[in-house]
Amino acid sequence: MSGILTYVLHYQGEFNKNSLGAVTEAGKLAKELGGEAAAVVVGEGDDLTDDLCASLGKYGATKVYRARGPEGLAQPVVDVMAKVIEENGYDYALFGGGLLGFEIGAGLTARLNAGVTMEVTEVKVQDGKLVADRPILQDSAIAEVDYVGTPGIIIGRLNAFEMAESGDGAASVEDVEVELSDWSTKARMIERGEQRGADVNIEDADILVAGGRGLGKAEGFQLCEDLADALGGAVAATRAVVDAGWYPYAAQIGQTGKTVAPKLYLAAGISGAIQHKVGMQSSENIVAINKDPNAPIFEFSDLGIVGDLNKILPKLTEAVKAKKGG
Amino acid sequence: MKICVLVKEVPDAAVEKRMDPSTKRLDRSGEKNLNPFDTHAIEAAMQIKEGGKADIEEVVAVTMGPESAVRALHKAVSLGADRSVHLTDDALAVSDVCATGYALAQVLKQEQPDLVLLGQQSDDGECYTIGAVVADHLQMPSLTQVIKMDAEGGKLRCERQAEYGYDTVEVELPAVISVGDAINEPRYPSLKAIMGAKKKPLDTKSTGDAEIDTSRVGSEGKRTAVLAINPPPEKEAGQIIEDEDTGETVEKIVAWLDERKLLA
Ligand SMILES: Cc1cc2nc3c(=O)[nH]c(=O)nc-3n(C[C@H](O)[C@H](O)[C@H](O)COP(=O)(O)OP(=O)(O)OC[C@H]3O[C@@H](n4cnc5c(N)ncnc54)[C@H](O)[C@@H]3O)c2cc1C
Ligand SMILES: Cc1cc2nc3c(=O)[nH]c(=O)nc-3n(C[C@H](O)[C@H](O)[C@H](O)COP(=O)(O)OP(=O)(O)OC[C@H]3O[C@@H](n4cnc5c(N)ncnc54)[C@H](O)[C@@H]3O)c2cc1C
Repeated sequence: MSGILTYVLHYQGEFNKNSLGAVTEAGKLAKELGGEAAAVVVGEGDDLTDDLCASLGKYGATKVYRARGPEGLAQPVVDVMAKVIEENGYDYALFGGGLLGFEIGAGLTARLNAGVTMEVTEVKVQDGKLVADRPILQDSAIAEVDYVGTPGIIIGRLNAFEMAESGDGAASVEDVEVELSDWSTKARMIERGEQRGADVNIEDADILVAGGRGLGKAEGFQLCEDLADALGGAVAATRAVVDAGWYPYAAQIGQTGKTVAPKLYLAAGISGAIQHKVGMQSSENIVAINKDPNAPIFEFSDLGIVGDLNKILPKLTEAVKAKKGG
Repeated sequence: MKICVLVKEVPDAAVEKRMDPSTKRLDRSGEKNLNPFDTHAIEAAMQIKEGGKADIEEVVAVTMGPESAVRALHKAVSLGADRSVHLTDDALAVSDVCATGYALAQVLKQEQPDLVLLGQQSDDGECYTIGAVVADHLQMPSLTQVIKMDAEGGKLRCERQAEYGYDTVEVELPAVISVGDAINEPRYPSLKAIMGAKKKPLDTKSTGDAEIDTSRVGSEGKRTAVLAINPPPEKEAGQIIEDEDTGETVEKIVAWLDERKLLA
């Protein structure tokens, strides 16, 4: 039987939306292949209740394997999934976007000598096998990739697989005992999910002015704040500037930040890396200001301005104020 | 303590990367350079070495790639590595992530490092996965996207951004860490270091030297097969304004926003 195994990440008693997307996708594909979709959950507390695990059935999983292990780290999950795959013969492992899925998928690749594709935006069934669409070279082409042998590892792009209830019933829940590899216990979480900077809300704003490394320094964000004030919007950021401590993590858009879809997204000094794009590409109107005419962001902007943000932003703020005031 | 840094040769940033339609492989004919993300890994190694909290005997740059990849090793050495290892063999061509990770791990087993460092991604393949693959083969703990790392007493204290915010993780050595590009500002090599790079020891290894099972690498061992390279979905090209007269530019932006009722 051809089955698909997914990993479902949870945090503070709630499943990750992208993981639920992966379960939904696995459920659909498994039906087409004539197999079952199953999920693995790993946790150390009591929040992975029978009811919560069984609820994955709603998204298409028929079975849930529950194991005890540390949370937020990839290698213990590799141990669990490798064991479940070896004992039950799943042909594919599928992950939603995020960070842990990349690490777990990579670990399984090594452990099971398995092929892997990443950033996958679509999975198709062809001749009873799965074929992955894997965008490459800054999304300028899409490779159609097939697997040699089983299992095949598919790491999805953030938001590529939409979660949807499939109308199926509860999943059966099975506890699995897994002895963790010695090296899987040598990384220890000291603090998880620290929120650096102020708790700002960018998800409900209709207009976002997003700033990146091109702002040059933390104080550069004042230019974005002034424009956002004039437009009646909020300010967002890239990982580069959040990592640098220029702006709060809560304002970050992208793979390890927020997903947004405002009416207007205006980028200043942002290159348009894939990990940023995946969090904002559904915005209704995309405007980008960048001094590099070859910046990838111009590939997915509705209006692109090639120029220096230090010259453009202050004047734009004044012009918006004048227009709105008049 | 010994640190191995994995480095890769990639097309230079100025080269427009494209796939060769006949081979379905990346066209590597243009100018090449050291993967820019790997300079952060070398710098991280140098900062541990110079930081004084851990005693570093040597920093070794390791690459797998064709003959030309020697230049990436020279650059790595000019940035501070003490010597380098070049795994090169026709049998390794077209290796995928599964095969590349296995082959690199075989070389690393012979080196016996206490710490393996990598970049967050390669600028060409962008697979983000080699670190975790290598770690599993070496049976070492591992983290990717680390932006702060302190080595002390046989342990590393690492910070990184994950799905729910910043995590702090303590990792016992030996370990495999890929570093994010925010971890440091890589130094520029001195002219003297550039000139001296070719004189530092360089060890060239074949698959046989590294005890690599050739049925697990290259076209024979790869576990993925590219069926086709397709163009992305058609998208209407956006409008572009070159900013020459900023007053005029701003007027155009405001008109564009106003047309879409975004200034209401
Ligand atoms: C696993 C993983 C997860 C990630 N998650 C995220 C995420 O959630 N969110 C995210 O954003 N990124 C994420 N990244 C990082 C991402 O790959 C990019 O590194 C990041 O988005 C780049 O940020 P940036 O555009 O601000 O900086 P850069 O890429 O450095 O771009 C700066 C831009 O500013 C322009 N510029 C400079 N000066 C000026 C000027 N005076 N006027 C106009 N333009 C100027 C430059 O031309 C350049 O294009 C992730 C990466 C990985 C590997
Ligand atoms: C456009 C493109 C798409 C590809 N897609 C896939 C795919 O979907 N699945 C797949 O299995 N293979 C894929 N490959 C092949 C894959 O890129 C190679 O096997 C590659 O050597 C490893 O991936 P990476 O360089 O992208 O590694 P990444 O995981 O992005 O690199 C991370 C770090 O690993 C180290 N590293 C990577 N390669 C080497 C090396 N050769 N020597 C030393 N250190 C190294 C560097 O420190 C680097 O910073 C693709 C290749 C290309 C050109």
